[in-house]
Parts: sequence; C-alpha cells; structure tokens
Amino acid sequence: MYQYDQTDHTLTRERVTEYRDQVSRRLDGNISEDDFRPLRLKNGLYMQLHAYMLRVGIPYGMMSSDQLRMLAYIGRKYDKGYGHFTTRQNLQYNWPTLEDTPDILENLASVEMNAIQTSGNVNRNVTSDPLAGVAPDELEDPRPYAEIIRQFLTLHPEFSWLPRKFKVAITGAEDDRAAINVHDIGLKLLKNEAGETGFRVLVGGGLGRSPFIGKVIREFLPKDDLIRYIQAILRVYNMEGRRDNMFKARIKILVHELGIEKFASLVEEEFQASEEDVLFLGQAEEDRIKAFFAAPDYADLSDDSPEVIEMSSGNEAFAQWLERNVLAHKQAGYSIVNLSLKPLGGVPGDITSDQMDAVAGLADTFSFGQIRATHRQNLVLADVAKKDLPSLWQELVDLNLATPNLDRISDIICCPGMDYCSLATARSIPIAKRLSERFADLDTLLNIGEIRLNISGCINACGHHHVGHIGILGVEKNGEEFYQITLGGSSSEDADIGQIIGPAFSSEDIIDAVEKLVGIYISNREDDERFLDTYRRLGKAVFKEALYDAA
Amino acid sequence: MTLLKNGEIVEDTWRNLADDEDISGEESIIVSLDRWQNEPDKFNGRNGALGIRLESHQKPDAIADDVERFDLIALDFPVLPDGRAFSHGRLLRERYGFKGELRAVGKVIQDQLYFMQRCGFDAVELSEGEDVAKSIAALNAFTVAYQPAADDIIPAYKTRHDA
Amino acid sequence: MKMTLRMVTANRLHDGAVVYLAADDDWTRNVESGLAANTEDADKLMTTAEEAVHNQLIVAPYLIDVEVDVQSSRPVRPIRFREQIRAKGPTIFAPAAE
Repeated sequence: MYQYDQTDHTLTRERVTEYRDQVSRRLDGNISEDDFRPLRLKNGLYMQLHAYMLRVGIPYGMMSSDQLRMLAYIGRKYDKGYGHFTTRQNLQYNWPTLEDTPDILENLASVEMNAIQTSGNVNRNVTSDPLAGVAPDELEDPRPYAEIIRQFLTLHPEFSWLPRKFKVAITGAEDDRAAINVHDIGLKLLKNEAGETGFRVLVGGGLGRSPFIGKVIREFLPKDDLIRYIQAILRVYNMEGRRDNMFKARIKILVHELGIEKFASLVEEEFQASEEDVLFLGQAEEDRIKAFFAAPDYADLSDDSPEVIEMSSGNEAFAQWLERNVLAHKQAGYSIVNLSLKPLGGVPGDITSDQMDAVAGLADTFSFGQIRATHRQNLVLADVAKKDLPSLWQELVDLNLATPNLDRISDIICCPGMDYCSLATARSIPIAKRLSERFADLDTLLNIGEIRLNISGCINACGHHHVGHIGILGVEKNGEEFYQITLGGSSSEDADIGQIIGPAFSSEDIIDAVEKLVGIYISNREDDERFLDTYRRLGKAVFKEALYDAA
Repeated sequence: MTLLKNGEIVEDTWRNLADDEDISGEESIIVSLDRWQNEPDKFNGRNGALGIRLESHQKPDAIADDVERFDLIALDFPVLPDGRAFSHGRLLRERYGFKGELRAVGKVIQDQLYFMQRCGFDAVELSEGEDVAKSIAALNAFTVAYQPAADDIIPAYKTRHDA
Repeated sequence: MKMTLRMVTANRLHDGAVVYLAADDDWTRNVESGLAANTEDADKLMTTAEEAVHNQLIVAPYLIDVEVDVQSSRPVRPIRFREQIRAKGPTIFAPAAE
C-alpha cells in the first residue's frame, strides 16, 4: 500500500499544527463557534448527540496492521474502547473530547494517517473497491488512481470551500463494489475500442434528500487527463453550484437543473481552457505510486488445499463460512476473506479495540499485514493462503468476526441513527439488531440468498436506504419512531433508487413487515433469482398488495 | 481593518466608490462591476489608479478583456463558506493574466489566508478581531503542496522527480 | 402529579458532554438536577445560557420540554424521545460494554 514520503509527512504534521492552533483559539474564545464549525468539520470533527465524533480517514479503505493497532490504541486511550466503520471506508470515534483531538491527530500522523477532509464542504475520502488488486473480475487496480486523486484533492487551495461535500469513488472491476453510481464523481476503469485504458466518468450521483443515479459525462477519459478533468468538474461546481440553499447545493442538483448536456459542455469548455502540461502528473510519478500497489510476494500454491477439504467435510460451520465469506482470488492458492462486522445482535460496523488489535495480528500472520474496510461496513483480509483458512477461521470465530452472512439479510448497512447522531429522526441500530436476531437461523439466512438491506435514521440517508434491495428509513411521526420501506434499490452496476412501498410501519411492526416481504419473495422466486430480481420482475404492486392486505 | 500585502501590514490607499459618487479626481478608487459595465468609457483618460470590486456571484469572465485597465481587483468573500472567489482569483491570475493587486475582502480570517495566497491573492483585508501576527504566520502554514495553483509552489508530483 | 416545564440543554465545549442549566448558573450532566421553568422564565434561562456560550462553556443551547414532578418540582425526564436518549445515552450497549 501507499507509504508517505517526506512531503506527505510534512503536510500531515503541518495540518496537525494548524488544527491544534484552531482548537486552542476556540477554547480560548478567540474564534466563534460559527467560524470554528467549518474548520473542525474539515478535520472530521462533529458535535453529535452525546459528544464530539471524530472521523478518521482511511484512503480507499486500505490499512496496515500498524495503522489498525493505532486505531485500537486511540479507541482505548481517547474513547470508550471501540470505533465504527462507515460506508465510506472510514472509522469514527463516538466519544473523543475536543481537547484531546489534536493529540489524537498527532498519534494518527505517526502512522501516516489523518482526519483531513473527512467531513465538511470539501473533497472527502476517495473510496474504492475493497477487493482492488485481488478481484478476478478486475481490469486494472484502481488504487493508484485513487491515491493520485487523494493527493490532488488534499488541501486543494481552490476547492476547500465548495458549496457542499464532494465524494469521489473509483472501481476497476465489473462488479461495482464501490457504489460509483451514487457518488458526486464515479470513475470506472475500462478499455476503449483502440484498446487503451481510461475512465468512464459519472457525475451527479448521490443519496440524501434527493437521490440521483450518476450520469455519464465522459464515456472514455484518457488516463493522462484524469486530474485535469476532475479539476474542470470541480471548478464548474465551485463557481456554479447553488449556495443559496444548503439542501440544493450538491453537484447532483446542479447537474439536474442544468441538464447533463449543458453541464458537460461547461466542463468541457473549462477542461479545454486549462493548461495541459501543468496538471499532467508525469510517468515517473505514476510509476512511483503504482509501485506501492504491486502484488505482494505470493507463494507458489495450488488452489487445491487438503487442509480446506478436510476441514469442510467435517465441519458445517466452517463450510458455511467458506461458502459465504470467502471469495475467489485472482492468484492461485489464495482467497479473499471477509470479516463480518455484523454479528448476531451486534451494531453494524462497530469493532472493539481488542478486536482491532487481534485483526491486526491476523493480518500480519495471514495477509501480508494489510486490512481493508468495505463500503458495506465489513473488513477484508485480501491475501490469505487457502491452506491457512481453517486456522484463520478458528481465530475469527473466537473474535466473533466469522458470522457467515456476507451480502445476506443480516449484513446490514446501518447509520448510527438517533442513538448517536444529532440529525437523526429515529433510531436505526436497534432495528438492525432486531432484524439480525429475527434472521438468526443460519439455514433460513442462507436460503434467502443475497439481499442488501440498508437502514437510515433520517432522510440524509447515511445508511443508503435508497439503494438497498430493501431500504428502511426511520422517520418521526407524532413523537414516535416509524419506518418507511423502499424496495428495488441497488448501488451496484444495476444501480437504481428504491421505490417507497406504502405507509410506514411502527417500530413494533417493522420487523414482521420485513419478514413478510422475504416470505413473498420466497414463494414467488424462480430458480436462483435474488430478491431484487424477483421484485423487479413482479413489480411493486405484487409486494405492496401482499404486504398490506394480509395485515 | 488591517490590510496585509505580501505578508506585511500596509496602509490602505484605496477608497471604495459608491455608484453615485463622482469619479473625477486623482485618488485610487475601487468601483463596482455595474459601474464599470454601464460607463466604461468614462474611465478613459482618468488620472489616478482604478480598481474594481466583484461580488462572489460575479464571474471574472465579465472583465476578462479589461484586466489591464485595473490596478486592483477586489474579490468579495461575503460569508466564510462562500468559496467562489478562490476560483475567480485563479482565473484572473492564470487565465486572464491579471498582474495588479488581487485583494480578498469581506469575511477574511486567518484560516483562509494560505489558500487565498495560493489562489493568487497578494492582499487581504482581515476581518475585525483577527490576530495580525497569527494571520501573517498563517500565510506560511504549509511548506509543501500536492497541486499547482496560482503561486510559485511546485507540486509534490514534480518536486519528487526533479533531480 | 406531573406537569411540563422547560429547561435549557447544550453540549459542553471542551468535551461535548450533554449538560443542563442548573441553579446558580451551573451546568449539570444530570437532567434531574437541572432547572425547570415556565415558558416566560425560560427566556431568562436562555439569556444565562448565551452568556455561557460567550464564556466558552457550552455550545448551541436550546430549550426542551421536561416532565416535572409537581411536589418536588424536580425534572423527571424530557418529553421528546430524542432528548430522553440525550439524557440517558445510547439505547444500545456499546460493544465494549458487552
């Protein structure tokens, strides 16, 4: 993975110094909360319901074991012994004090991490495919480009006061695990007819109050134009994006109001006017960055592992885990292992400092010392030798990180909701816990097949409910929590915004309603059809009727 | 109000002219874009330096062909979150070739100064209450940068490979 | 007997903790130790709170409705569910506590 050089270190340290001064000015009364708020947000610090919340950036979800150990240490020393992985491959702490945050950043800087631009109206963490570099369906590793973009957008002097937040995601694979359709800019590596590799560029996707699927602005962008084109999009957005209404300030609204053709022509005009050579990275720098993402030193192994065959035959739990959480690797003899942060009755995405330390150790032993965070709030050990799977599984079971539910109904994306978040209108975590308990029976869980179930505690949609196959949105009605169901959404290559199925359910009834939906699917599915496919084939009316009539 | 130019405290010799004020005389005046666009010919042959002030919604392409007429361009930052003038500053310097004083006015606090400088501003009118010494220091908050802008800092992707 | 009164809540500046305005311009972590007032007097509480903002003690104060025990005139609990969660903490166990 990428390693800091002197420049990266200097910049990170200088940012810590600057932030420390900003905090001390606030505590001394030399800056108002109004002025301080955007400054602390640009460094990932929120004020939530009970306390401050600090979001730490994990560029495109890649962590070294030393970094994860530092995250564990910070969780213990400055928080309550745990952290929470987000949908954008970051980690957040729920209980730091304002006074401690400069020291936390100092600690992070010592392991080449920071909280720069993890919130606020700036360019956020560039996210990517958690299986980058190891997935068999990948055209090219997107991480070098993610790192190039990360650097270009870090402390960008022109784009640090954008109309609203700005999120870039990039993938190099067929199967979109980075949700590029619902990002401000989505990039997909592909080849043109001449056989050259470049990017399809999407713009104006996003969730929140007004969900939009991104629109193609460039079918093929040559690699050398990447930075210059991103600058053009951002410059048009910075100058033209709405500043009169914060709810209409995202680029998706600008693209929607202008129309993609008009927006694209503005970008093209700006792109053509910008100086080509200035923003050309140069082959030497591209090569330097690519070298950090070279494949690790794989051993020469066979895909047939006697250890795995033996263990699977006698151990159903292992076999289920192998079938569900372990994915094919592009390198013979290796597997991709998903660590579920969705245990039975757990809080989706939460992880204790002890678990972090243990996972760091497992990464050192089994996966070249690296860990990845996923968009769906799980972790990945990306380079595990097949022969090691039985030993790794045993360790993961002991850590409660081996629930075999990847992409199953209890693998829920869930925002913090009203248990933590000051914007939330309802709780989301208790719904996730109860759903995982309702679908606790493994045979049932696995029989249901793939379902992406996403829960948000308010219309800001941090839990991505719009793009869940089943989406649940918490709302407040007369002082009580109600939950609205959307169906048919997806954030993958078949991306779509889910449709509201009908009136909201009470907290008491929502779990039964989901179970009923699953029942409708089971009794109507054909062959290996997923829930989403059955829904799209039958249409909303069938599900709506069955859900509400029987009630 | 403290005016910093190139990192030093200087006296402000300019005066903002209201749209109904007379432009004759030899003082250094800053006029609105409306004034300039309504009667550009009136400024021909005027003695005394001329500046123009753009609101944050007024794009600099409106004066792209006129930049040589101005000794000063003031760009307004009406509120802290409004960052349009960062783009405007760069365009004036890098695309339209403005060489005179580029001044940030409005809500200007120390935390924006480094970025303003990188976007081509050589002068800033500090908001009331800003610590002047700290503001001057903030111009050097960072010694490295990842991207080129309107200043002389060479981006990391070039310095890394220069022998 | 219970009735509804108003009190001021905020987050403490230095650590973000939830606090309530109490007697003697003090701030308490405990909602039951806070000062409850009728609607007219609530404005006075807010004035006190704004001073505390000015003195870097708290951030973003606002008024909430609380249920008050008439006999003791002590706040029992906030009316809104959101405020009950703020008063008592998350309704789910933090993983480290399990």
